[in-house]
Amino acid sequence: MSDLFLTNARLIDPEAGTETFGAIKISEGKIAEILTQDIEKAIKNFPAGKVADCGGQYLAPGIVDIGVKIGEPGERHKESFRTAGAAAAAGGITTMITRPDTTPALDTPEALEFVARRANEAAPVHILPMAALTKGREGREMVEIGFLHDAGAVAFTDCDRVVESPKVFSRCLTYARSLGALVMAHPQDPGLSKGAAVTSGKFASLKGLPAVSPMAERMGLERDLALVEMTGARYHADCISTAGALPALQRAKDAGLDVTAGVSIHHLTLNEFDVGDYRSFFKVKPPLRSEDDRFATVAAVASGLIDVISSFHTPQDEESKRLPYEEAASGAVALETLLPAALRLVHAGAIDLPTLWRALSLNPARRLGLDAGRLAVGAPADLVLFDPNTPFVLDRFKLRSKSKNTPFDEQRMQGKVLKTFVGGIEVFGA
Amino acid sequence: MSFRAKHLLSIEQLSPEEIETILNLSDEYVDLNRRQVKHSDALAGLTQINMFFENSTRTQASFELAGKRLGADVMNMAMQASSVKKGETLIDTALTLNAMHPDLLVVRHPHSGAVELLASKVNCAVLNAGDGRHEHPTQALLDALTIRRKKGRLHRLSIAICGDIAHSRVARSNLILLGKMENRVRLVGPPTLMPSQIAELGVEVFDDMREGLKDVDVVMMLRLQRERMDGGFIPSEREYYHRFGLDAEKLSYAKQDAIVMHPGPMNRGVEIDGLLADDINRSVIQDQVEMGVAVRMAAMDLLARNLRASSDEGVMV
Repeated sequence: MSDLFLTNARLIDPEAGTETFGAIKISEGKIAEILTQDIEKAIKNFPAGKVADCGGQYLAPGIVDIGVKIGEPGERHKESFRTAGAAAAAGGITTMITRPDTTPALDTPEALEFVARRANEAAPVHILPMAALTKGREGREMVEIGFLHDAGAVAFTDCDRVVESPKVFSRCLTYARSLGALVMAHPQDPGLSKGAAVTSGKFASLKGLPAVSPMAERMGLERDLALVEMTGARYHADCISTAGALPALQRAKDAGLDVTAGVSIHHLTLNEFDVGDYRSFFKVKPPLRSEDDRFATVAAVASGLIDVISSFHTPQDEESKRLPYEEAASGAVALETLLPAALRLVHAGAIDLPTLWRALSLNPARRLGLDAGRLAVGAPADLVLFDPNTPFVLDRFKLRSKSKNTPFDEQRMQGKVLKTFVGGIEVFGA
Repeated sequence: MSFRAKHLLSIEQLSPEEIETILNLSDEYVDLNRRQVKHSDALAGLTQINMFFENSTRTQASFELAGKRLGADVMNMAMQASSVKKGETLIDTALTLNAMHPDLLVVRHPHSGAVELLASKVNCAVLNAGDGRHEHPTQALLDALTIRRKKGRLHRLSIAICGDIAHSRVARSNLILLGKMENRVRLVGPPTLMPSQIAELGVEVFDDMREGLKDVDVVMMLRLQRERMDGGFIPSEREYYHRFGLDAEKLSYAKQDAIVMHPGPMNRGVEIDGLLADDINRSVIQDQVEMGVAVRMAAMDLLARNLRASSDEGVMV
């Protein structure tokens, strides 16, 4: 594998929380050296063709995205490993953690092996699968957690389906704990949220849409945390989107439970009023929240209470979105918009780049025990070079994803990925 | 003329001037409808299709009669029995109909926002005849016309809307219209049937009927759907009637000359006392039905004028 010198870059080190000027030497797919001085001297001994000038732009560890939905198996017309891989590379995502809410659900080691093989053939970035927690994601019987764990499932989740029975869920947690497996769940009280399309409040009342109180998220989280305390399992709440759920999360962390939490980029950058005149591209799960909730979750990311930001990439075809709001499918594509949307928070002064990168890269990698997310000697050279400032207007038809259901269509955004490296190899170049 | 809209999808979209334009023209059509020969050629040569994805007898009849009196070719489509059952999407249905070149589409749909979605896909004028829990603009307009004719004005009145507010598109359209025309709106009903944070829309909320009706000029009752009476939202029909049903005793808290309205169909003995509903000195329920035809004639006439104007300008295909 060829060596490469990336010079004249601003290095974002999420571990140290720093942003420094310097250069990185890549050798055999790994970061071999990080230089902040005497760069000229080091380059002198390096073959000229192997030096890339970054033009003073930002170089950071590649994004590790937990919870990407890819349509294989079952819905390849919505997204394939190939299209998702291209979109991820263009979005600066070097590791995708895929969801098991496929058709059928990924609940056997055989299905998981199929996914792992297809993924590595078709995509230029790392793809690591999660497996369902219960068979068919039906909340009744646990999957073969041991076999799946050995086959490479990095976490276990029924995605947006809540395991309604506390008994079933507690047994899953207990069994997973014995293997050290991570259980990821969607905190939501299923009874209260049934049939809801938006968050209750002024907007829902005005538009006459079935709504769920934000309290449903806190209730779901409180239940899960009680069972985590009971079982001692490793637990990650996939999307915390309300202010009311944050104190419970804080208490669990203070009590020393092995708990982390994530949030979707859409809940950090949009609110319920963005739905406007029933625009179904803004229909996500959980539904978009109030501006107060959005503000609180952004602050929780900045403080580290919420550990992870994810794209929650959910491709849907035009047909499933071009329906009355209540009937339209949930979810939005986000692999290519994750970074520019997250940079909105930086440009708004809500968060700095190293802190953002902890949530995008370091924390998700750590939580899953992956060797990624660090800018350190010996770490894999999974890197993204980006310009945080260039403005552009998003055209959804230019997205590489097979599905184009983004809420950011025709919106002004700032920030572009220039190059993406996986194991030192350039997989995307603007 | 102060009415420029292509579609009539909501009260929200209308300005106070546009509301007055519709009501003024409606007055003329009330006069026409009281003559022996009730015919105009305002819609002559135009095709009106009524698409009802939800059961309706009264509203559909009202729109059909309005269209026929204005000389349109009217077709009724019972969408529940048609291709929707065969899995066709709303958009495909809209495109199919659009290819038949209708001029006016009157649409009722069980989902909020569905009529707006359909309107974005067709070339003709679309009238919302009720979408989910969102809006029912012609109902609010006919209520406004009834109030204006009975009270002599449509501003600075105190109006109570009572009952199942949460599931009612009639309530939503009415509170928006009455607010735009600078009236005081009160919502009265059990808290389980009240939308959340509705007070932020500039209305007063009451869960006591007598308190809510105190000194109001207009009492608007809403229909309570049978399926909501089973203990899910309220404990029972008889308890609802006891606490929220309108009878002479509760009405005595309103002004002496307060009028009683109901969009129909009524559940006598559930939300309203039968005798009171028939009391010609207080109840204007039959007037509402009459105003309904006139308002729908006015609305379709105005939309057709805009349709012709825009096709003269070459905007229409």
